[in-house]
Amino acid sequence: MFASILASGLAAGAIYALVGVTYNTMFSTSRVMSFTAGQLAMLGGVFGSMFTLKLGMPVIVGFALTLIGCALIGIITEFVAVRPVLKSLDQHLYVLSTLALALMIQQVAAIKWGTEPQPFPRLIGLGSGVFDEKFWLPVVACAVTIIGLEYLYRRTLVGRAFLAIAEDNFAARALGLPERNLRVASYALAGVIGGVAGFSGGELLLAFFANGALLNFYGFVPVALGGLGNNRGAIIGGLALGLFQQAANFLVGGIFSSVAVFTLFIVVLLAAPQGLFGAATARRV
Amino acid sequence: MTALTAAPARNETRAIRAVLPQLAPFLGIFALAMILPFVSNDYWALIGTRAAIYWVLVSGLNLIVGFAGHLAIGYVALLTLGAYTTSVLVAGNVLPPVPVFAALPIAAIVGAVFGVIVGLPALRLRTFYFAMSTLGFATIVTQIALAWQSVTGGGIGISGPEFPAPFNTAWGFYYLCIAFASLATWISANVAHSRFGRALIAVRDAEVAAEASGISKPRMLIAIFLLAGALAAIAGGMFASLQTYITPDAFTFDLSVLFFIAILIGGRGSILGPMLGTIILTILPEMVASLAAWSTFLYAVLLLLIVLVMPGGIAALLDFRNRRPLASNRAIVPRPAALGDIMRKSAGGRTLRLRGIALSFGNVRAIDGLDLDVKPGQIHGLIGPNGSGKTTTLNVISGYYAAKAGTMQLGDDALPPGMPTLRAVGGIARTFQTPRLIGEASVLQNVMIGGTIEGQATFTEALLSLPRSRRDERMLAAKARALLGVVGLEMLADVRADRLQHSELRFIEIARALMLDPDFLLLDEPAAGLSSDEIERLAALIKAISARGAGVLLVEHHADLIFDICDQVTVLNLGRTLAAGTPAEIRVHKEVVSAYLGG
Repeated sequence: MFASILASGLAAGAIYALVGVTYNTMFSTSRVMSFTAGQLAMLGGVFGSMFTLKLGMPVIVGFALTLIGCALIGIITEFVAVRPVLKSLDQHLYVLSTLALALMIQQVAAIKWGTEPQPFPRLIGLGSGVFDEKFWLPVVACAVTIIGLEYLYRRTLVGRAFLAIAEDNFAARALGLPERNLRVASYALAGVIGGVAGFSGGELLLAFFANGALLNFYGFVPVALGGLGNNRGAIIGGLALGLFQQAANFLVGGIFSSVAVFTLFIVVLLAAPQGLFGAATARRV
Repeated sequence: MTALTAAPARNETRAIRAVLPQLAPFLGIFALAMILPFVSNDYWALIGTRAAIYWVLVSGLNLIVGFAGHLAIGYVALLTLGAYTTSVLVAGNVLPPVPVFAALPIAAIVGAVFGVIVGLPALRLRTFYFAMSTLGFATIVTQIALAWQSVTGGGIGISGPEFPAPFNTAWGFYYLCIAFASLATWISANVAHSRFGRALIAVRDAEVAAEASGISKPRMLIAIFLLAGALAAIAGGMFASLQTYITPDAFTFDLSVLFFIAILIGGRGSILGPMLGTIILTILPEMVASLAAWSTFLYAVLLLLIVLVMPGGIAALLDFRNRRPLASNRAIVPRPAALGDIMRKSAGGRTLRLRGIALSFGNVRAIDGLDLDVKPGQIHGLIGPNGSGKTTTLNVISGYYAAKAGTMQLGDDALPPGMPTLRAVGGIARTFQTPRLIGEASVLQNVMIGGTIEGQATFTEALLSLPRSRRDERMLAAKARALLGVVGLEMLADVRADRLQHSELRFIEIARALMLDPDFLLLDEPAAGLSSDEIERLAALIKAISARGAGVLLVEHHADLIFDICDQVTVLNLGRTLAAGTPAEIRVHKEVVSAYLGG
């Protein structure tokens, strides 16, 4: 049982962590928490199943098309729901605009794809039992994403520009960085990360329209635990959440695992509002 | 004070005449609801009942979303909770069966408790967290309803409660729901128009100023969460009865979206708007049956359009009063002489005493060992170059920053560091460098915010509009009007604050601060942006305030104003006292002249 908890916990945790990183990637360049994060991961599964099973494409082609589709949704998010409300960030209108877009995505998926969970193909066909690929694929995807992001942020000019904008938007613009284009790029990147989360977790979560709302919440918990914009916090928080949830699932039963996660969420927010790895608040007066 | 509360009878009739135009649309909707059974069929009874039930929930949720500004997007969870609690209690599959009219209040209590639990993150954190916690709660409530088969019947479901005659027919039940909806409207209107409703908007739009007025955000929000949770659970019980049989599928997230969007379409800070929004959204999918599957998509499009195009919602469309142009040549003519009739003469005797106050931000020493005495009845000027720690000193006194060292005393009592909401009780009021007012509220309401803690009535009394609450309202409104007269803005009392000029906002802030009858008034650059005429009038006003026994601490850059009206002046430089004394001494102080005044 311990092995099962570990395998399914790490797998679920890796998916949550990736959704958390999706939130953070959008947040870093725009200071916006977008409800589309979970929907992107949902689309990763739905697109993946659609391209490979429904349309019968090779896995690698389906994967690439999935990522392109998710990146496009990310860019649409930026244009439709984020850019128009950036002027009045303090009014929190982005909560509403991104929620509206997320609901549209979810509803179109429900009507066009169906409201029943649909199967996701076996991608490689490697491993069985607790070493089944559905358990280790998300973990590998999470690790590859982190390494890729670290490389991007540390070694490439675009990545450093992302960091500059995240650190100080005004100063970055004063230096002549194309803030708007970089923001669009970061939303595309977030789309790709969300797509990876959904595609790698497809065998575990299936291609199901309601995964969006679920992952919105379970992906946000690690962000809340780790502090807004903190990727390291989101990864640790995500894996911890996955293990905690699956342990509760195996030990006390399914419904109580979600109650436990919700309680954990509320308790941590009350005890450490800025997250366990977050920074203190800004000046108010 | 006695002059203000006299002749209540006349005030009463005037008050009724003033609210009648606001009341008319509600009476109209009520009249339509009453005649609906005589002009339509059972199909419309179902739709009408549904709209009434939704409104019971939305009327409470509206206080959270529309007034307090917290985005509760998963409120269907509380409807679910109420529906199952009522059904399970009436069916008696856990405890002995309970009559439905006893089960509803129990469900209301359960709903109230969970309303607070879900709301806890909102007490400390930004909007998005609360949105998420309600969303998370909505997710798990459905899962529990599915999995806890012995109680909820799982996916098979459970039958809803049945109401006794005469409420067991379609129209009988309809009238019962209309009665509940009317009651919910009355309650939420009472809260909205009480000092509690205004305080909610103040916390939403001007949180810092609300704290300075002594408004405690957690207490306000918990009261609202209790009320909204109870109303939602009652709506759930009615909903279960309407459905006759409930399964987790009946409580889709689409319902949450409907509730939430009804409020946003209606407009923030309004009751009529969300009510119309609820009715429209309930009827709309029935009108276009072919679009039923796409209803949530349409709601979402509507939400996006409202956010991007019409943030004010229906309420802004219906707000004809604030479209009339204001006179462009208006002048602020304060009447300080009237202050004597309104402001309590300060008991006096207490001195505000700061000793060795120190505060740093990182490596910057903002204040470095400051001593300051503000005596009652005196005007104390605080001047110095930019960054010398003037505003920081005010913020330490009003509790926004806790000093790292030093003591503050108010008379013989220590003034606790931090805790800005306790300052108003201690008789310390203030204004801000950039006026912090509620743009969407009227000038009068903005001023009334300042007297929130003067009210006697409890939340429950306000909820039921009991005599003490009505007396509070009359007292606050009369005092606010009188103070607007003192600062010379009474003709703008009913105008939205965001339509005013900058200088007018400054005087409104002073009127708001005076609502407390403060012993100490902290003014942060009150003359900034004022014309020279206005500065002269401001000077007379400040003198009249200190003549009532209040100690005034004045941060200013206009040296003329400082030297003209101050009894004592302290000059700061780099967080230290450079000089302190009477204006005459400071004017010739060598270092001050070279460091600040220029010579």
